[in-house]
Parts: sequence; C-alpha cells; structure tokens
Amino acid sequence: MKHLAFLVAGTVFGFVLTKAEAVSWFRIQEMFRFQSFHMYGLLMSAVVVAMVSLALIRRFGVRSLGGQPIAIEPKPFTKGTVLGGMTFGLGWAMTGACPGPLYALVGAGVYPMVVALLAAVAGTWAYGALRDRLPH
Amino acid sequence: MNDLLSRPLPWYVAGPLIGLMVPLLLLIGNRAFGISSTLRHICAACVPGRLPFFRYAWKDEMWSLVFAGGILLGGVLGGLVFPNPEPVALSAAARERLAAVGITDLTGLHPRELFNFAAIGSVKGFLLIVVGGFLVGFGTRYANGCTSGHSITGMANLKWPSLVATMAFFAGGLVMTWLILPGILAL
Repeated sequence: MKHLAFLVAGTVFGFVLTKAEAVSWFRIQEMFRFQSFHMYGLLMSAVVVAMVSLALIRRFGVRSLGGQPIAIEPKPFTKGTVLGGMTFGLGWAMTGACPGPLYALVGAGVYPMVVALLAAVAGTWAYGALRDRLPH
Repeated sequence: MNDLLSRPLPWYVAGPLIGLMVPLLLLIGNRAFGISSTLRHICAACVPGRLPFFRYAWKDEMWSLVFAGGILLGGVLGGLVFPNPEPVALSAAARERLAAVGITDLTGLHPRELFNFAAIGSVKGFLLIVVGGFLVGFGTRYANGCTSGHSITGMANLKWPSLVATMAFFAGGLVMTWLILPGILAL
C-alpha cells in the first residue's frame, strides 16, 4: 500500500520533470550557457517550496503517516562533495540528464538512454570498487 | 484535456510541484527525496560482488526503486502518451548556438542527431552516452547525492555541504559545456 503511494508520487514527479523539459539535453545546454531563466526558475522555485514545507513540518511537529517524527539525515561534507560533484556535473552536461531524468527519458522513449542508465549503474559500481582509494 | 496534458509546463508550475515531492515523501514514509541512491541499490541487488559498499539490506530501500519505477512511468506518460508535438521552445540565443554546432532538429526531448543507437558506435556518441552516463553514476555516488538529494532536499534543509555540492555540479557542467563539449561535438 505504501509502495503504491511511492509509485504514484514517482509517476507525478516523472511526468512533471518531462513536461518541464528538465530531462531535455536542449534545456540543460541552454541552462549551462545562461541563455534562459527556465531551469533556474524551476530549481529555485522547487527549493523555496521544499524549504517552506520543511519549516512548516518543523513548526507544527508534523509526523509521517506511520507516526514517526520527521527527520532528514544530514549528508556530511567530504572531499567527494566537491570532486564527485564536479564529476557528476561533467556527465550532466554530456548526457543532458541527472539520475531522475535518466529514468524518465527511458520511459519517454529516448531508448539510447537505456545505455546511459546502465553506464550510470556501472559508474556507481566503479565508485564502490574504488572507494577506499579515493580521497574523502 | 489531451492538449492540456501535452503542453510543456512553465517553470513556475513545475518547480513548486517538484518541491512538494520533499514533504510528500516525508509524509508518506519519512523518506528523504533523492534519486541517485537508487543506482547503488541496483548494484546491491544485481551485482554486489564482494564489495562492502554494496553489502547492505537494499530491500529496506525498496521504496526508492518503486519511486524510480514511477519516474519511468511518468516519462512514458509525458513522452509517449502525451508528447509535446512542438519543438522545444528554447530561447533565440540557445537556438542560434545549437544551429552553429549543427543541431537543428529541436523536436523531442533529446537531440536525435546525437542520441541514437547508431551513434553509440561513434567516438562522439560513445563519449556523450556511455562516458557521460558513467560520470553521472560515479560522480553522484562520490558526492553522495545528485540534483534531487543535494540541490533540492539538502538546500531546502539549509545544509551547506549541499550548497557546495550544487556549486560543484554547476562547475563541472560549465567546464564541460564551455571547454570540452565544443570539441566533442566537432568530432
């Protein structure tokens, strides 16, 4: 039942991402060349709405449907935040897709992105294999 | 109705809807919105090998794989069932720049001229699709998050490492777009 809720949420998210063209290589190029406000407006309005939502959740002590107090585990800063972040940025501008859009593009019929998604899984695996040898 | 669902969404409608994913997932099951970890769960489920990084109870994270499946379904609805019949409405500057590098077909979500199965065999296509995808998977795990986990959830939660991560994402994207990609596209 709970999984059904996550499935519906994911479907709405994937549809909105696709319709906002946030999954489009064209839009990502336009963003990195500062040729339109579209992607910046999208990201900033998403952050503001999420921020206000979190503030309200805290203010009113809202609990999840399962009754747990709501908490987000913080992500600590490491050298990987910068080095990995830049590595991801390179790939983002090449494929025109971050992980969410990779799934959406496969669904949207851009089938060569199946290969990009598999390559992303391989990249994740390579990180797991090299982890101890990378600066953190 | 059909027309309404096919039309692209302006940022001021889509952005807030995307932002609402953060409280929605917290309310449904106290889960933090983030996608790139699903790539790790796929490794853990399919090819963990002897790597401790992939030896954990990935089934406890099933919700995120279900969520990713939903994203794929959303892509089916947005791209196949209700596709936008018009070319992407890029700014004039972006259209001009793309035309200058030989990209003129602006229909669909991704340039057909670059992203097709035949292209994967060429150096250009291999770099864009295979190497690019690899860097996305490697980089997001090394950074412990992507645009959703860091740039939306982390920044909305006012965590400075996520702001740093977002700046790093953009730094990498700018280096690729301005310095490296022109060379790749010229191949």
